Amino acid sequence: MKRQPLQRRTLAVLVVIIPLFALFVYVALSSGPLAPVSVTVETVKARSIHPVLFGIGTIEARYTYKIGPITTGRIQSLAVHVGDRVTAGQVLGEMDPVDFEARIRSREATLKHAQAILREARARQAYAQTQAHRYEQLLAARSTSEEIASTKRQELQIANAALSAAQEDLSRAQADLAATVVQRENLRFVAPAEGLVAVRDADPGTTVAAGRAVLEIIDPKSLWIHTRFDQISASGLTAGLPAHIALRSRSGQSLTGHVFRVEPRADAVTEEMLAKVVFDSQPLLLPPVGELAEVTIDLPALPLAPVIPNAAVHHHDGRIGVWRIEAGALRFTPVRLGAADLSGQVQVLVGLKAGDQVVVYSEQALHAYSRFRLVEHIPGLAQ
Amino acid sequence: MISLAGRDILHAWGKFIFTGIGLGLLIGVTLTMAGVYRGMVDDGKVLLDNSGADLWVVQKNTLGPYAESSSLYDDSYRGILALPGVAQAANVTYLTMQIRQGENDVRAMVVGIAPGGAGIPGWPPYLVAGRQITRSHYEAVADMATGFKLDDRIQIRRNDYTVVGLTRRMVSSSGDPMVFIPLKDAQEAQFLKDNDAILQNRRRIAENPAFNRPAIPDLLDTVITSQSSNPYVNAVLVRLKPGYAADEVVEVIQRWKRLTAYTRSQMEDILIGKLIATSAQQIGMFLVILAVVSAAIIAFIIYTLTLGKIREIAVLKLIGTKNRTIAGMIMQEALGLGVIGFVVGKISATFWALIFPKYVLLELRDAFSGFIVLMIICVLASIIAIHAALKVDPAEAIGG
Repeated sequence: MKRQPLQRRTLAVLVVIIPLFALFVYVALSSGPLAPVSVTVETVKARSIHPVLFGIGTIEARYTYKIGPITTGRIQSLAVHVGDRVTAGQVLGEMDPVDFEARIRSREATLKHAQAILREARARQAYAQTQAHRYEQLLAARSTSEEIASTKRQELQIANAALSAAQEDLSRAQADLAATVVQRENLRFVAPAEGLVAVRDADPGTTVAAGRAVLEIIDPKSLWIHTRFDQISASGLTAGLPAHIALRSRSGQSLTGHVFRVEPRADAVTEEMLAKVVFDSQPLLLPPVGELAEVTIDLPALPLAPVIPNAAVHHHDGRIGVWRIEAGALRFTPVRLGAADLSGQVQVLVGLKAGDQVVVYSEQALHAYSRFRLVEHIPGLAQ
Repeated sequence: MISLAGRDILHAWGKFIFTGIGLGLLIGVTLTMAGVYRGMVDDGKVLLDNSGADLWVVQKNTLGPYAESSSLYDDSYRGILALPGVAQAANVTYLTMQIRQGENDVRAMVVGIAPGGAGIPGWPPYLVAGRQITRSHYEAVADMATGFKLDDRIQIRRNDYTVVGLTRRMVSSSGDPMVFIPLKDAQEAQFLKDNDAILQNRRRIAENPAFNRPAIPDLLDTVITSQSSNPYVNAVLVRLKPGYAADEVVEVIQRWKRLTAYTRSQMEDILIGKLIATSAQQIGMFLVILAVVSAAIIAFIIYTLTLGKIREIAVLKLIGTKNRTIAGMIMQEALGLGVIGFVVGKISATFWALIFPKYVLLELRDAFSGFIVLMIICVLASIIAIHAALKVDPAEAIGG
C-alpha cells in the first residue's frame, strides 16, 4: 500500500510529460525546415485552347475635321455648339470681315470705272475706224495727202490698242472683285461633311491665329478603337479577327467588333503593336472619343496539345520547366511552351505528355530534395 | 540503484512542472525574439530570392532599388541584354503604397513585372492559388498576407485590378506584402497619381506662357503629353548565362553602360547591412538582454529550488550520502527543468509565432544553439546550487 501514491504520482507525471513531448515532436516536424511543403498537383491533359489577345485602346474618330480661319482675325459669330449635328455645306459661323464690304464696293467701283473706260475706248476706236475708212476713200480719190491718211491709220491702231487695254482692265477688275467676294466667302466656317461638333475652342470676339482650329467636327459613324497590344503577346494579330470590346464606363457590358487593320508601323518606344478595331454595329449610345476600351481578340482554336496551368511553370537552375512527381519524388522537367490563353492555360510543345502529374501550387519554392505533401488546397487560404 | 533526482521530482512534481512551464514561457519569449530577428533578415532574403535575379542593375551611384530610390530608362534593358553573359534582363518597378479594396486599405509593395510569362525575372516564382497574369493590363497577383481573395477588385491609383493569383511569403524588406501588376500599369501608377494631380498639372502647364503660345497651337498638347508619360523603371533584373562570373558582368555593365550593378551577395549586404541594420540591431540588443535576464532567472530558480530542499539535503548528508550523489541529483534536476522549459518554450514559440503580424522565422539552428546554451546555463546554475548544498551542515537536519 505504501507504493500506491508513488505510482499515482508517476502516472500523473507521465500524463503531463508524454503529451508535452508528443506535441514537441509534432511541432518540430510540422513547422520549420523539417516540415513537408504542401503542394497541389494536376494531370496534364491534351486540350485545344483558344488563344486570346488582350489590348487596350482609346476611342477615336476615323474622320476628324478641324475648322478654322486661314487668316488671322476675329470671330464674328459661331452658330453651333458642342454636340450639335451638322450637315455638309452648313455654315457654322463667320470671321469678322472688318473692311471686306468696303473693299468689295471699291472693287465694284473699279469695275464700273473700267467699264466706262472701255466704253470710251470703244467710242474712240469706232471714230478712228470711221476716220481711217473715210481717208482711205479720199486717198483713193486723190483728195487728201498720203501723210494724213497714214496718220488716220495710226490713230486707228492706237484706238484698237487702247480698246484691248480697256478690255483687259475690265477683266482684271472683274477678277479682283470675284477674288474679294471669294475671300469674303472664305471667312465663313462651312461643314465639309456631315458630323457632330466635338470641340468649340473659341467664342465670338476671340482673335485667332491663322490655322488654329476653332471647331472640330467628327464623323460619329466612323468611330474606331486605336488599340495597343504588347508585342510579346500579339502573335497572330491580323485584320478581320473578331474582337470583344469593354468600355471603361460600361463595365460588364461587352460589345462586338473586329480588327479593321493592323498598323504597318509598331510603336518602337513602348514596344507595342497598334491596330484599329471597329464596332460591328454602332452602339446605340455613342461612346465619347478618348474613352478607354479593353479589347480582347479571339484567335482560332489550336490543335490538341498537352496543356498546363501557367501557375505550374517555374524557373529553376536557369531553365523554364515544371515540377513533376515521379516515384514519390520531385523532379524538375524543362519544357518548351507554346501559345497561352487568357485563362492561364499554356500549351507545352516539348517536355510533357498527357497524363503526367505536375505540381501547380506550392507553399514555398521547391527543390529536388523538398519533402512534400499532396493537398487539395494550400492550407491557410481564405476560401 | 534508485534515481535520487527522480524521486525528488516525483515528491514535488506539481511544483517542478509548473516551474518548468514558467521557465518554458520565458524561453519561448527568447526564442520568439530570435525568430523576429531571423524573420527580418529572412524578409530581405526572400525579397532577393523572389526577384529571381542574379544581378540588379540600378541608377548610377545609388543603392537601389530596395534601399534607395533608383530610376533608369525603360529601354536600358535592351542594351544590357546585348552584353556577353546576360541570359535574361527584365525591367521592374517597386512602389510601396496603400492599396484600396472597398472600404479598407492595405499597405503593400506594388511590383511592376515585365511582360512575357512565368519565369521572367521579377515574376512570382510560385503561387498558392489562381494563375499568373495573362493580360497586359489591370490584373494583379497578390500575396496572401494582403488578405485579398481571388477575383477581388482592388484599386491602385487610378485603375481597378482583378486579383487573379495568390502568392505566399512574397514580401518587401520591411515585411509589406507584395502585389504584382503589369509593368506598364505600374509605371503609370508611379507617375499618374490621381485625377486631381493630373488636372492640376495640366492647368499649371497651361498657365505657363512659355508652353501656351497662341502662334503654336499644338505646343501645349505636346508638352502635356510628354510630361504625362513615365519612361522610367527602378531596376533591371539580370539573369546570367551559365559559366559567367557575376563580378565580371557587373564590371562590364558599370564600365560600358555607366549604370551601377550589384551581385546577389552585395545586394544582401545592402539589405541586411544597411536597410534593416538599425532595426535588426535594436531587436538583437533586446535579444541579448532577454537572454541574459533569462539565464539569471533560470539560475535563481534552480538555486532557490535547491535552497528549499536544504533540510532534506542535510538529512541525506547525515545518513552518509556521498557528495557526488547529492551533486548529481541537483544537476539532474536542473537539466530536467531545462529540458521541460525548452520543450514548453519551443511549443509555445511555434504556436504564438503564427499570430505575429510580421514573419517570425524559428530556425532549427537557433533552437539547437538555444538548447545548448540553456543546458550550459542549467549546469552553471546548478554548480552554484551544489556549492550551497555541499556547504550545508548535517546538523541542520536535526534542527540546528
